Amino acid sequence: MIRLTDEPIRIDDLMSATADPAAGATVLFVGMTRDNNDGRNVERLEYEAYPGMAQKELERIADEASRKWPVAKIAIVHRTGVVPIGEASVAIAASSGHRGDAFDAARFTIDRLKEVVPIWKKEFFEGGAVWIGDQAGKEGTWKNEGGATSG
Amino acid sequence: MTIRVLFFASLRERTGKKEMALEVAAGTTASELLEQLRRDVPGMTDAGRISLAVNEEYCEPHQQIRDGDEIALIPPVSGGH
Repeated sequence: MIRLTDEPIRIDDLMSATADPAAGATVLFVGMTRDNNDGRNVERLEYEAYPGMAQKELERIADEASRKWPVAKIAIVHRTGVVPIGEASVAIAASSGHRGDAFDAARFTIDRLKEVVPIWKKEFFEGGAVWIGDQAGKEGTWKNEGGATSG
Repeated sequence: MTIRVLFFASLRERTGKKEMALEVAAGTTASELLEQLRRDVPGMTDAGRISLAVNEEYCEPHQQIRDGDEIALIPPVSGGH
């Protein structure tokens, strides 16, 4: 199960999607929207995606993780649109025979997601709003290596 | 040749565009296209770092654009949490 959704993420769905009789461990990572960033009081966050490409990149990351570690299954769900504070914006589950591989695969998946998947976060705070990552200068590498400053 | 250019997030807000059709010369590369857009599209001149995707794949600067391509301008990504 790899998808974008504009509805609240249901964690149970990820657990069922990664259930496997050969898996002795499932690691679940849930990224939550936080009420503060850079000293600002954050009121809400809004996520925008390039849906077709984001889906492809998420699938590619899951494939990559499955090649690097002997994982049974990986599920990734990323929410788009407005996400109120304290709710899940992203969830990743990785199941494997043993916990070490499940931890590594889940960690790799969220780290890579933040670097390459075309999803953008706008932070609304008291007195303004900002696209996170947009403050990066023009210089730098061509390939997107991620401008996220939080998380 | 004609291509379609997509704008997201900060670039969508800066330019007031979600997408536009554009005529480009045959042989134009991705980096030349980006230069052209920065020069010609109001709001893009002072935009920060941008990567390009061609038909939903990140591309290299020297990649040649083809007729009918869907080009996405990708500002620094910030998905996750």
